[in-house]
Amino acid sequence: MADATFLDSTELVLNMGPQHPSTHGVLRVILKLDGEKVLGADCVIGYLHRGVEKIGENRTYQMFAPYVDRMDYVASVSNGLGYCLAVEKLLNVEAPPRAQAVRVILTELNRIASHLLWLGTHALDIGAMTPVFYCLREREYALNIFEKYCGARLTTHAFRIGGLQYETYDGFEEDCRAFCDMFLPRVDEYEELLTGNRIWIDRLRNVGILNIEDCKAFGVTGPVLRAAGAKWDLRKAQPYSGYEQYDFEIPIGENGDTYDRYLVRMEEMRQACRIIRQAVDKLPSGPIMGKVPKVMKPPVGEAYVSIEAPKGELGYFIVSDGSTQPYRLRVRPPSFVNLQALDRMCRGGLVADVVAIIGTLDIVLGEIDR
Amino acid sequence: MIKGMGKLLRSIFLVDLLQGMWVTFRTQHPKNIVTEQYPAERPKVAERYRGAPRLNINPENGETLCISCNLCALACPENLIVVTSERNEQTRRKELITFTYDTSRCMFCGLCEDACPVDALELTQDFELASYSREGAIWDRQMLEEGPRPTKYLA
Ligand code: SF4
Ligand code: SF4
Repeated sequence: MADATFLDSTELVLNMGPQHPSTHGVLRVILKLDGEKVLGADCVIGYLHRGVEKIGENRTYQMFAPYVDRMDYVASVSNGLGYCLAVEKLLNVEAPPRAQAVRVILTELNRIASHLLWLGTHALDIGAMTPVFYCLREREYALNIFEKYCGARLTTHAFRIGGLQYETYDGFEEDCRAFCDMFLPRVDEYEELLTGNRIWIDRLRNVGILNIEDCKAFGVTGPVLRAAGAKWDLRKAQPYSGYEQYDFEIPIGENGDTYDRYLVRMEEMRQACRIIRQAVDKLPSGPIMGKVPKVMKPPVGEAYVSIEAPKGELGYFIVSDGSTQPYRLRVRPPSFVNLQALDRMCRGGLVADVVAIIGTLDIVLGEIDR
Repeated sequence: MIKGMGKLLRSIFLVDLLQGMWVTFRTQHPKNIVTEQYPAERPKVAERYRGAPRLNINPENGETLCISCNLCALACPENLIVVTSERNEQTRRKELITFTYDTSRCMFCGLCEDACPVDALELTQDFELASYSREGAIWDRQMLEEGPRPTKYLA
């Protein structure tokens, strides 16, 4: 914001963050205000930079897998899936059907966990204190399944290149079914708390509108794009890991405002439950690990694989020079791209809505700064 | 028209708010309380939990199971395991001398326990790894075999 130094007497520059609790981490937003009105918003990122891509270039393919969990730590399973699929494409192997189905179950569970954390914190930002407790309560069930399956709750490292390391535990299917049975009424409960609530509607409706053209121009993906009315979901558009076998809907919104994005995510949680149920019902038996060499040396070449992470399109681009380490590794994080639309969404709105807009974008700073 | 009236009445009688309040009220019931009182109530972690490392010993003769193959150290992305061994001239076998494991840098990814060919190294269900000093986070062979020593409190 180069012009920020030449202020009118009524204009004010306000620094929001990096320690502001509503920026969901260490995001700093420089706001240019005219009274209550936002004239512009500039994001300063990088406070959480750890050089994950560079670390990837200095680790072998298997060794880098745990690090990707630490980018979007709220949806670590999705990160692992994207990375494993990208390396599998380089190696030209495919995970066996059972591994693919288990991957789908865990990824969808993670989508629910991620959306729950989003819902809780988003509501908390706006001033609804109650939902966060309920959301975290249900999230715990999903994390318990992860813990029982792979031994960790947050940074799971659940998948390995070529398939899975761990066979499912006894009672995995029952746990997943019980989770779905328990969870669907709970989504209705959240909706009872929020959807009709007048304060919630007043704070969200017509706030931070991002229409479909803007979404495309900024490259915004995920629920934000779908709330604008585009039926675009990579699980349907380019199915991976056997998503073509499952029957589910892509919820879309109409106005592209914050309220629509809320509704889209709520419906996505229900659809995720539907996918989990189907995947558990027809969980194939068989091996869980494909034929991958112990020392991975993918042929010279490059691969890009993108998946539908809870926050949008998560892509991994890997260049191999034939050695055991990637020559170049690049991540396309959904949060980073979605955040670029913040200025457009805030401009002309009120300063109080900035918090709502940051919340609705569902960003994770670990992924933005990498 | 009727729909509009309904909406008006609903907003006059605060139906939306009362609905939400009722959800909150329902969770008051003691059987709906899920909070864990952590230090008093020990959580039961899963069997596969990846927590504190342990170097298994053979329960029969008390000898370590580790064959000093160094595979765990090679598998670790953080290079935090150091294994030293010596060849026993009589048996011609490698014998473990020291084994250090720096838990302060470990991310508990489990690659080392997957790499171990004899299941000597294992990540256990112990999840309380805090120590009073940085040195306390570096576990030596004795600590890995016997579990962490109890902390000495200052009188
Ligand atoms: S758990 Fe992972 S980081 Fe820790 S020692 Fe084992 S391989 Fe290394
Ligand atoms: S991999 Fe197992 S046997 Fe080999 S050095 Fe490590 S702990 Fe010992």
